[in-house]
Amino acid sequence: MNGTTATATLAPLLDPAVRAHHRLAWLSTVDHKRIAILYILTGLFFFVIGGLEALLMRLQLAVPNNHFLQPDTYNQLFTMHGTTMIFLVVMPILFGFVNYFLPLQIGARDMAFPRLNALGFWLVPFGGILLHFSVLAGGAPAVGWFSYAPLSETPYSSTPGVDYWAIALFVLGIGSVSTAINIIATVISRRAPGMTMRRLPLFTWINFVNAFMVILALPVLNAGLAMLLIDRQLEGHFFLPFHGGSAVLWQHIFWAFGHPEVYIIVLPAFGIVSEVIPVFSRKPIFGYEFVAGSTVAIAILSMSVWGHHMFTVGMGRAANSFFALASLLIAIPTGVKVLNWTATMIGGRIRFDVPMLFCIAFLIQFLCAGITGISHAVVPLDWQTKNSYYLIAHFHFVAVGAIIFAVMAGVHYWVPKMSGRMLSERLGKWTFWLMVIGFNMTFIIQHFLGLQGMPRRVFTYPDLPHWAWMNMLSTVGVFFMTAASLILIWNLVISFCRGKVAGDNPWSAWTLEWATTSPPPHENFDALPPIRSRRPLWDIANPDRPDPVVGENTSEIARPDKSKTGILTFILSEAAFFAVLLLAYLYFYARPQPGPGPRELNVPRTLVFSLCLFVSSFTLWRSEIALRKQHRGSMLGWLALTIALGGVFLVGQGIEYWKLFQTGVDVSTNLFATTFFTLTGFHGLHVFFGLIALLIFLWLAWQGDFALGRAPAFAAVGYYWHFVDIVWVFVLLTVYILPLTR
Amino acid sequence: MHASNALDPQSPQARAIYDLGIVSAIVFVLIFVVVAGGIVYAIFRFRGREDEPDPKQFAGSERVEIIWTVIPFLIVVFLFVLTLRGMNRADPPPAPSPDLVVTGHQFWWEAEYPASGAVTANEIHIPAGKPLSVRLDSKDVLHEFWVPKLARKMSTVPGKPNHIWLQADKPGVYIGTCSEFCGIQHAWMRILVVAEEPSKFEEWQRAQLQPGQPATSDAAAKGLALFQTSTCINCHAIRGVPGADARVAPDLTHVASRRQLGAGILENNPANMRQWLKNPQHIKPGALMPDFIFTDQQLHQLGEYLDALR
Repeated sequence: MNGTTATATLAPLLDPAVRAHHRLAWLSTVDHKRIAILYILTGLFFFVIGGLEALLMRLQLAVPNNHFLQPDTYNQLFTMHGTTMIFLVVMPILFGFVNYFLPLQIGARDMAFPRLNALGFWLVPFGGILLHFSVLAGGAPAVGWFSYAPLSETPYSSTPGVDYWAIALFVLGIGSVSTAINIIATVISRRAPGMTMRRLPLFTWINFVNAFMVILALPVLNAGLAMLLIDRQLEGHFFLPFHGGSAVLWQHIFWAFGHPEVYIIVLPAFGIVSEVIPVFSRKPIFGYEFVAGSTVAIAILSMSVWGHHMFTVGMGRAANSFFALASLLIAIPTGVKVLNWTATMIGGRIRFDVPMLFCIAFLIQFLCAGITGISHAVVPLDWQTKNSYYLIAHFHFVAVGAIIFAVMAGVHYWVPKMSGRMLSERLGKWTFWLMVIGFNMTFIIQHFLGLQGMPRRVFTYPDLPHWAWMNMLSTVGVFFMTAASLILIWNLVISFCRGKVAGDNPWSAWTLEWATTSPPPHENFDALPPIRSRRPLWDIANPDRPDPVVGENTSEIARPDKSKTGILTFILSEAAFFAVLLLAYLYFYARPQPGPGPRELNVPRTLVFSLCLFVSSFTLWRSEIALRKQHRGSMLGWLALTIALGGVFLVGQGIEYWKLFQTGVDVSTNLFATTFFTLTGFHGLHVFFGLIALLIFLWLAWQGDFALGRAPAFAAVGYYWHFVDIVWVFVLLTVYILPLTR
Repeated sequence: MHASNALDPQSPQARAIYDLGIVSAIVFVLIFVVVAGGIVYAIFRFRGREDEPDPKQFAGSERVEIIWTVIPFLIVVFLFVLTLRGMNRADPPPAPSPDLVVTGHQFWWEAEYPASGAVTANEIHIPAGKPLSVRLDSKDVLHEFWVPKLARKMSTVPGKPNHIWLQADKPGVYIGTCSEFCGIQHAWMRILVVAEEPSKFEEWQRAQLQPGQPATSDAAAKGLALFQTSTCINCHAIRGVPGADARVAPDLTHVASRRQLGAGILENNPANMRQWLKNPQHIKPGALMPDFIFTDQQLHQLGEYLDALR
């Protein structure tokens, strides 16, 4: 499709047969642009749901002692609102933008793994349906989006809401990790000639860094969710204090995911702003290296600040001080970004089109969010403001004032590229002003409400001084935001129907997505301009004053194999998952419980079976060599031996389990048993998956599908297999060898 | 009505936080004015006009970047020092043994004075001017003890008791609340702290240690019998009533002397007490006290008995 012929191409769509075909085409698509649009539409759908939940809550809170909603209903609403907005709205919409524009910005034809991309997307509606199915199965979860144990455990939440919540998030987590793997592999392996890492547009660069955070953080959540489900479904004891478990451990695990998650959703927003502000200031970004570098600093620091969610849990002075310092430090790279965006505007020729308006509001609102964020890092202030409406105000300044405003900037900036048609500036300005007024009306006052002592998550409140009018004001603001959302949807609809044709580059922007048609053709580019700086289109438009060449003046770049990149990033995420399970094991190992312990385990037998697993890494390596040398018989032999050894290991584990079961030890016996079965069980499951992958290769090779082209994929499975063996080294040392030293 | 305003500290501990807040707020306002000023300046000074050529393409300055990395770093160090100092002032280490043990339950607070053995619920009396070392515990899920005018907030973690200092400079009623979501009736898990002159506090404590007022009328005697036979006794304690020593629900020995019912949901008066007994699940749905379906006569008898427990 081409922007100038959009009207012409709409005509065949009216033919019913073609329309049906097109519908199926959307369902089965692996095209990154279509997947991106599906992501964004799914996000918008859930935005309507999450927004209605917010509206209902604000109606309930409009006046004190209100009976509009039942308490349980209200508690379900805020749980679903938080979960929906984070996992089903912001993440899908941001992944949508990344999916659409990251390949375009690096001059790629598609993502590295188009089918994995489709999987990543389809897990979003699947997770969304699972989460909402809870409503039919006895009620939505009513424990808050961070599901604090032990309230989330069976004794206090007996309906299956929490189970659906956990499974849904598990599924969504897998989807996010697969998308992040794809992003990393795409950036590493799919860049156009000349697109060196130092020339990447900032949106791409920031999302590349962000993908690593997804890879490392989401598995932490998934490990926690697995433990919670084991508690709830198999009567484990991880987070049940009266059975020796720990309520605080859940908080550590959740926030070790949860705070990186905050940056995971805010960094892509930074990426959007870093594209829009330069274009509408008509200047390059101020301090590209510092904006990019500060992203890395934020990513690293964000892994060590989770404790600032726990200053009132009683972690102790030392831990509080550490997390306070880390949380204060992360303000520096964040502040550097704000200053760079501001400096980009200074000396520019600022055009106040709708995307830029949203970016300016973003800047001021994010500044407020950052400052109140610092006040939460100053521990004693947090001791007053935490869990109050001050905190609600703070994180809505991040989530709405910064992220949603940046998304709005992205929508108004990029939709013309996606649809080929401009959005209405007039309606866009209505959206903008209603959003600014509504957002600030709703959330500024909540800071003061919190300082007046109003806690979060209350379905109603007594008529204390100032509380009533402050809450009423806050509720009124929601109607402005609702109107803004409706106008946005209307604007999108009429733009698709009869918007002004956009042309290739309506904003005179400089990155590669504007070097193709709007919307871009299948596989994106007919021809790519030369890439020698960060703004290839600027160089073309201004041959008299091109940007300085970045790095060496060459178009040759290193692009490693995508299978290898993909599997290594996948292994990174799996390592994070097992690290959490191992740490949980050690946490309770250090707090021994009455009942069975490591002495129940048979160390010599396990050593023998472990040897089989370790040898299997060697045999698989031999099989890989045979494949590369194209010795079919040798490859089949070594591979069969590998599978046999893996199978023997699983049999060994089976014997261990069987003996334990016979002495009455199962996952519900005590915390040793809970942690032991969880850790070794998940490892065994990974061995099992590895065996399936190897069996597929065995079958393919047996059938004669034995080409050299299979080597990278076979090597990738090999990496996975070796990784699973290495995990076992750690498990063996921790579970079997460590107790011997006692 | 009393306010629960963190900006009106009434104890040395809360004042330490407040003072830190004022210093921080000055720093925050300065940061905001400088940065937002820069943004506003850019908006007005560098407004572009149609058909203007693109400006000079200036891509950054290392010196500027270093300056605006170092200045925030110095601010961070300053705030960190204040943080360390503030933590020590607002939350000194605990005393060897607690003066008061506050235990969170779904959805009410139990307060015990270990030295005297007095036990009460939801309404915590303290002597004005004296810092109390408070142990915070939970019998079920996480709760959080927060009385903004008097002290920091602190979670009650099941299996891992915490500590705060609780003090009020002047006599008065200070309100607070559970601030960690703890289940369906989290909203009505409110706290009253009543600070009294030390002599009045001692008087109150002595009164709390007295057994419950025996039934003086026929109706009250029948009310007591109902209390003993209708499973009330399985959860509630009344000092002096044989077998009534359960600690699952609020101690009722002096229930009529308290200001509120249902952890803040109702004012405590005879009429509301009867309403509550008649249909607690209507007033506080999800609270752990079930509806008993008493007849009006039984309500009258129970009410007569409980009204006398002053």
